[in-house]
Amino acid sequence: MAYSDKVLDHYNHPRNVGSMDKNSKEVGTGVVGAPECGDVMKLQIQVEGDTIVDAKFKTFGCGSAIASSSLATEWVKGRTLDEALKISNTDIVAELSLPPVKIHCSVLAEDAIKAAIEDFKRKRDSKE
Amino acid sequence: MKNKPIYLDYQATTPCDPRVFAIMAPYFTEVFGNAASRSHAYGWEAEDAVSKARAQVANALGATEKEIIFTSGSTEAINLALKGVVDMYGKKDAACPGHIVTSLAEHKAVLDTCKHLETQGVEVTYLKPDRTGRHSAAQVAEALRDDTLLVAIMWVNNEVGSINPIEDIGKLCKERGVLFFSDATQAVGKIPIDVEAAGVDLLCLSGHKVYGPKGVGALYVRRRKPRVRLVAQMDGGGHERGMRSGTLNVPAIVGLGAACELAVQELDKDRAHSRALRDRFEKIIFENLDHVHINGDPEHRVDLCSNLSFSYVEGESLIMGISGLAVSSGSACTSASLEPSHVLMSMGVGDELAHSSIRFGFGRFATDSDVDEAAKETIAAVKKLRELSPLYEMVQEGIDLSTVTWTAH
Repeated sequence: MAYSDKVLDHYNHPRNVGSMDKNSKEVGTGVVGAPECGDVMKLQIQVEGDTIVDAKFKTFGCGSAIASSSLATEWVKGRTLDEALKISNTDIVAELSLPPVKIHCSVLAEDAIKAAIEDFKRKRDSKE
Repeated sequence: MKNKPIYLDYQATTPCDPRVFAIMAPYFTEVFGNAASRSHAYGWEAEDAVSKARAQVANALGATEKEIIFTSGSTEAINLALKGVVDMYGKKDAACPGHIVTSLAEHKAVLDTCKHLETQGVEVTYLKPDRTGRHSAAQVAEALRDDTLLVAIMWVNNEVGSINPIEDIGKLCKERGVLFFSDATQAVGKIPIDVEAAGVDLLCLSGHKVYGPKGVGALYVRRRKPRVRLVAQMDGGGHERGMRSGTLNVPAIVGLGAACELAVQELDKDRAHSRALRDRFEKIIFENLDHVHINGDPEHRVDLCSNLSFSYVEGESLIMGISGLAVSSGSACTSASLEPSHVLMSMGVGDELAHSSIRFGFGRFATDSDVDEAAKETIAAVKKLRELSPLYEMVQEGIDLSTVTWTAH
């Protein structure tokens, strides 16, 4: 299978690899996918006020899954939560030129962003 | 292609040995006769060449010349064997013409032919291999029925290299009077083959897996005890004892014969070479990486095959990381189907390990430095991807992945 240059670039130089303290109130963590499906993405965001100031990811999956999550971390940084929620998998497909068989990777990345934001909001809104 | 990757995919195909190619070359130009032309020297010359090749192939199998039918490869030979047996021996005009016993770990050529036969009413039992990819004769015995026409169990599995106990299964089939077909595509040139000792009635092989040309193979059809008859699956001039019509591909057949002769002559040398390379490779891998599993039977495994699962790393991303190596993965993502290897799944290795598997093959032209480079690239890629892997991180934190609730998609 031939990969687009952008997929190869993200695969060879993944952005924002790493982990944040998932117990921190400022951090939202989204883990989506399943090992038996061949891809698991963990995407974390650090939020100040309403703005995502940092993002990290780790992904078990094919090159397109790694590239999709790497791109997602780049895109969410600096956005407000509402802006980040508007990132759609089709944007990721277009940016990375993903073939049809890899569209599920972009869906997973979108789900990971949403799950991380949900986790952050849940923690923020919960009373201590 | 500049900077070609190191070729370690010898189970997929092999280069034609230059010694084989040299023998084939004149048959494209100077010796071009039709082996079926009986009226002139061109035909006789071609026929002599085919006869010699037939003897070479027969010798590699412990068979006689009249038992060798040339085909375009293993897929055709498999189709001819399975469909030919059903058409010849199946009950005519019955809802179920008969029963076949085969394995879930067979090549698609066998599985899809069986599926086709099922549409004609044939009932097929697909046996699940054990965790190492093998079947016992006892397991086959349990599946036999009064109307079983054929047992089809491969000699060596193409993905994991496991060697089935063919002699035991052959003995069982003899006792029960059931025909026995074995796909030996991955066995010829890897281990000694003797159709008499093994009690095999039908067997196929392929030229390009044994350092011969592509587009040629053979079907062995037993002539004595019992004499196996097949209904041809292609109509035409009645070549190959009426079992396979079509003008013989003389250069390819000459190549197949030469390749089989070399495979016999160099069997011990090839095996020792493959074994040394594989041992070297696996030693380096296991010394440098944890959580690596051998797929297949470490004891009953052909020497050239090393199918490894690198836990917590997905196979396709690993293939991307070892772009200097030509290997294949059992991961879903290398196929269009998004299903991981049906062989690994049938063995029950689990989805995670199936997604994390890579098959290496160390054949005749691989070298020590190839192995060292392959091990180096693999180790670096696995380490890099594990740094990226949330699963590896969880395991390092002491989380049991089987207790995690995943959001399947």
